[in-house]
Amino acid sequence: MTDKLTTARPAKSSITFISRSAPYGRNRANLCLDMALACAVFEQNVNYVFLDDGVYQLLKGQDGAAIQSKTLGNALETLALYGIESVYADQQSLKERSIDMADLLPGMQLIDNGAISKLIDSSDTVFNL
Amino acid sequence: MKFSLVIYAAPYSTESAATALRFAKSLVLQGHELYRLFFFGDGVHNASKLTVVAQDEINLQQQWSELIEEHDIDSVICVSSALRRGVLDQTEAKRHEFGIASAHESSEVAGLGQLVDAILHSDRVVNFG
Repeated sequence: MTDKLTTARPAKSSITFISRSAPYGRNRANLCLDMALACAVFEQNVNYVFLDDGVYQLLKGQDGAAIQSKTLGNALETLALYGIESVYADQQSLKERSIDMADLLPGMQLIDNGAISKLIDSSDTVFNL
Repeated sequence: MKFSLVIYAAPYSTESAATALRFAKSLVLQGHELYRLFFFGDGVHNASKLTVVAQDEINLQQQWSELIEEHDIDSVICVSSALRRGVLDQTEAKRHEFGIASAHESSEVAGLGQLVDAILHSDRVVNFG
């Protein structure tokens, strides 16, 4: 099974993750992050879009300690270190939740519906959770 | 067409796990190739062996295992999800000094690299959960 890793297609795959769940309460945001990091570690092109309640993951000043949880925001701040530089916050989702860009972790780009459609269209694989 | 399925859904909690099973069966019936099953998050419970189900109810775990064995499907349980949920294969059970493995022998505990590999080798990756 592990030998299959060595026979991976040489070309890079474009993989888009659409994370649309709030950071705590359910584990979906963490699952999404784990998959995105794994793809980045194996040198794939990763796009990471935060949509709907997923934009709450990007808020500054998170502290998971009070609920004995790891702080997701800290992990998201390290995305660039893993080579994930296409990180987008959905404009509409931010607006609906009265969140300003100034409230967000650094390094986020704004994206709108049209651009998300194009991103999905140009991706080889899309994860949505 | 070559498919891989990612299953996040726990058995019996939502319909998704049962839907994934039916989808997998249909793929095989229609002559598609099922490259890999990847059980992730709560989905790892679908590979649990130590389950007792009422006689007039479907035993999802058993049906997964039968499908996997009958068609020799590559089935992976994500290691980080599985260990903390007590779904251990022989190797992990021995490593952590438990007397018994709790995962069906038809699945193997492995890392997210196997998911990346599945993404690269499949025409379609379908998520359930």
